[in-house]
Amino acid sequence: MGIVATLQQKLFRWHSDGTAPMRLGQRRVFIIPSRGGLLYALALIVMLIGAINYNLALGHALVFLLAGLGIVGMIHTFRNLHGLIVTPGRSAPVFAGETAHFQITLDNDRPTPRLGLELEAESGNPVFATVNRKKSSKLNIPVSAKTRGWLDLPRIRLSTRYPLGLFTAWAYLQPAMRCLVYPQPIAAPLPVASPTPVGGERSGDGGQEDFAGFRDRQPADSPRHVAWKASARNANGPLLIKQFAGGAQVELRLDWQLTDTALSDETRIGILTGWVLAADVADAHYGLRLPGVDIPTGSGERHRQLCLEALALCQP
Amino acid sequence: MSTPAREALDRHATPWLFATALATTAPHFMHQPPWLSTVAGALLLWAVWLWWKDHRLPGRWILIPLVGAGSAGILLEFHTLFGRDAGVAMLVMFMTMKLLELKSRRDAMVVVTLGYFLLLTHYLYSQSIPTGLWLLAAMWLVTATLIRLHGGPSSTTRDTLRYSGVLCLQAIPFMLVLFLLFPRISGPLWGLPADAFTGKTGLSDSMSPGSIAQLVQNADIAFRVRFDGPLPPRQKLYWRGPVMEQFDGTTWHLYKGRQPAAQLESLSPPIGYETTLEAHNQRWLLALDAPIALPAETLLNGTMTAISQNAINERKRLRLSASLDYRFNLSEDPQVLRRNLALPASGNPQTRALAAQWRAGNAPEAVIAKALALFNAEFTYTLQPPLLGLHGIDDFLFETKRGFCEHYAAAFVTLMRAAGIPARVVGGYQGGEFNPLDQYLVVRQSDAHAWAEVWLAGKGWVRVDPTAAVSPSRIETGIADALAFGEPLPMLIQLRADWIRTLRYRWEAINNAWNQSVLGYDPQRQRELLARLGLSDTDWRSLAIALGSTCGLLVAGLMAWALYKRPERDPVVRLWHKALRQLARRKVDCPPWETPLELARRVREQDPELAEPFQRVVDAYLVARYGNTDKHLKPLRDAIAQLR
Repeated sequence: MGIVATLQQKLFRWHSDGTAPMRLGQRRVFIIPSRGGLLYALALIVMLIGAINYNLALGHALVFLLAGLGIVGMIHTFRNLHGLIVTPGRSAPVFAGETAHFQITLDNDRPTPRLGLELEAESGNPVFATVNRKKSSKLNIPVSAKTRGWLDLPRIRLSTRYPLGLFTAWAYLQPAMRCLVYPQPIAAPLPVASPTPVGGERSGDGGQEDFAGFRDRQPADSPRHVAWKASARNANGPLLIKQFAGGAQVELRLDWQLTDTALSDETRIGILTGWVLAADVADAHYGLRLPGVDIPTGSGERHRQLCLEALALCQP
Repeated sequence: MSTPAREALDRHATPWLFATALATTAPHFMHQPPWLSTVAGALLLWAVWLWWKDHRLPGRWILIPLVGAGSAGILLEFHTLFGRDAGVAMLVMFMTMKLLELKSRRDAMVVVTLGYFLLLTHYLYSQSIPTGLWLLAAMWLVTATLIRLHGGPSSTTRDTLRYSGVLCLQAIPFMLVLFLLFPRISGPLWGLPADAFTGKTGLSDSMSPGSIAQLVQNADIAFRVRFDGPLPPRQKLYWRGPVMEQFDGTTWHLYKGRQPAAQLESLSPPIGYETTLEAHNQRWLLALDAPIALPAETLLNGTMTAISQNAINERKRLRLSASLDYRFNLSEDPQVLRRNLALPASGNPQTRALAAQWRAGNAPEAVIAKALALFNAEFTYTLQPPLLGLHGIDDFLFETKRGFCEHYAAAFVTLMRAAGIPARVVGGYQGGEFNPLDQYLVVRQSDAHAWAEVWLAGKGWVRVDPTAAVSPSRIETGIADALAFGEPLPMLIQLRADWIRTLRYRWEAINNAWNQSVLGYDPQRQRELLARLGLSDTDWRSLAIALGSTCGLLVAGLMAWALYKRPERDPVVRLWHKALRQLARRKVDCPPWETPLELARRVREQDPELAEPFQRVVDAYLVARYGNTDKHLKPLRDAIAQLR
């Protein structure tokens, strides 16, 4: 951390102080004239000179009223941010190259609405918000996820120019929030499946012969497996899939060692990620072995998440 | 940071900008050339139509020629692009053209700033109370537009207008403080453009038949006077303006050459007064005859007219004093006397003959008396005299015998000169209207008057008012009484019903107060006010301190208001506390940590008589506070009422 950054840290206390809903106090809100405000000030100076030159008493009064309006506008712009309550929310994992969305809730306990709020974590990608009187708004702050691993929420600039646009008031928010970024998948053919160990405890699970019950349909399931009759009985629920027990099941071992050692680590992780997704789509049983991590075979959403998480955080 | 300049304007913000443009330019249509108003109106309508139909705005290849054509038109009309009228015309033009270029919020900001600027330009034409009120309303609207621009579509019209009102009201204390304390500089800072003071009416420096009669139809106020003592008698109220010594046969002119100084001998105690002159763009003041003490930068010329160093082109407040009985230039320069005997070489033979006949063997006083007697016997006072021919004075004296003060003064002076008595015409005002509400004497253009002055050995210059001989009521009660019914006087002067007059007095008193205290607030008034506040001997430093600290206090007060968090007052909790206070009065102490049920149990032990009603309060409270129903306060309120 450079000297400037340290100084800014000390002066402005950007970081959340640990209390989760954070109320914007005086020390967190800054204010400077905006470009429109400078134009306004320039106009006032010219008007004042005109009023003096033509000796217009009411011209003086008008200029002074407008100057007063500017001051009042400054206080109201400050007030538009002051006392706003910021609560961090959740963020769903994304793949590298996608945009992560950090959820933030803004609470307004004042009987007047707060309009014209602008939140920006990355320059050029602002989110506009309003919070009505005594209400709250949930917002998703977009941040582009570039590399796998934990993505910390960068500093958010919460700014406003409401009501008059003559001043810009802003506060920096940095609630402790992070989003998991999965590696970017690289499409590659799945490795050859190893034969299922016969007579093991796990044999017979997920076979194609004996009907074993229903389960909810996953997006990856083929429509041919949908149990239409069973689904129709429960019209509002999800579509159901028939599950069968017994028989042989393809079982995949997705191993770090199976990828080409000549490739870079990141590429190998990308390939493994692609395999996990492909295996999940194929509804296969798969396990994942990475340096220092060994995930036994399994399937389903939770299993997929586990594997992707391991890949995201893998340190080869 | 994003690039806010390019933020697009939402479609529903545009009508606000149209309203702003209309409200800030519309009053200018009154004093603009009609073609300009038409063009501006057409541009505005075009912009509205484009918006209504959701068409594309015109491109630069249309706008740039339009700006060029508009500027060329203004240049042709005013022969300049600067100065008051041309500058205002340019601003109006820009405002309406900018409406055809509304793409981003930055364009909208330009419209709003132009709007605020245009508000100021209205004061170049009028600073009356109605103008002030209209502009206050316009400012409210422009500010609402600004709020709408930055609040986005979620700000409703009503809320926007209300918020704008709040902001404008909160700005008013700042305006008052700045108005009173901001160091005033007496302008102008540089030479004003030539058209800065056009459109001011008043006496001119020459007089021909009909010129004053025209002025009399104007009800504008020429000046206001407040006397230190009681109001002098009306027939003594001669307000002296330009003295016209040269006659070319039809028109009387001011003598422009050097004049020896006036020698004035006052025979009565001086009368002090303060006069507030409206701008008339001339250098003379209108001082009560005869002026004896004059303000700085003013001097009395040889014809006893008070002359200011600069033309009076703004309302001016001056302190003067006058002597109603005086002797003026007992010994007059022979050159001046010769000048005041001169007549054109030929013309008006009948008048000359009559004068020559009077002159033979008569003292000057007798000649004057004969002339006044002639006027008194046969003449009629009217604003609509018949036209006079080549020999104007002859025609008037022997044919038409109908005329107005300028005719009488001119004819009288011609007669006197022909009879060998030095005489001249004095222009000014006579009389005035006393407003009992604010004790000001109001003198209007309709009080304009002309009289004569003759020089008599041993007496000096003596005022003779031939009009008084024809129509004494003109001098004693005023013009409206002197004229027959049906003469063309301004409505204001003719309406003589008491209630209308009272209403007019009130309105004029308000206007006068406005002029004196608001418009007339100048560096001198500021010094007086500060001295009264204990800040005598003010320099810019103490003013800056006073200004800074007062504004600082205002900001602090406003900050406290803006950031103060009003405590949550749940009505249920408030009622519960009321019940607890009732208990305390019955000597049951209730610690804040005790739950209602706990408290009810303890009350049952401590004060069985109170247990029953208090239990009802507790039940109602629990339902109101924690129940799954809408807040029903009434049962709780009733239960508490029974606790008493």
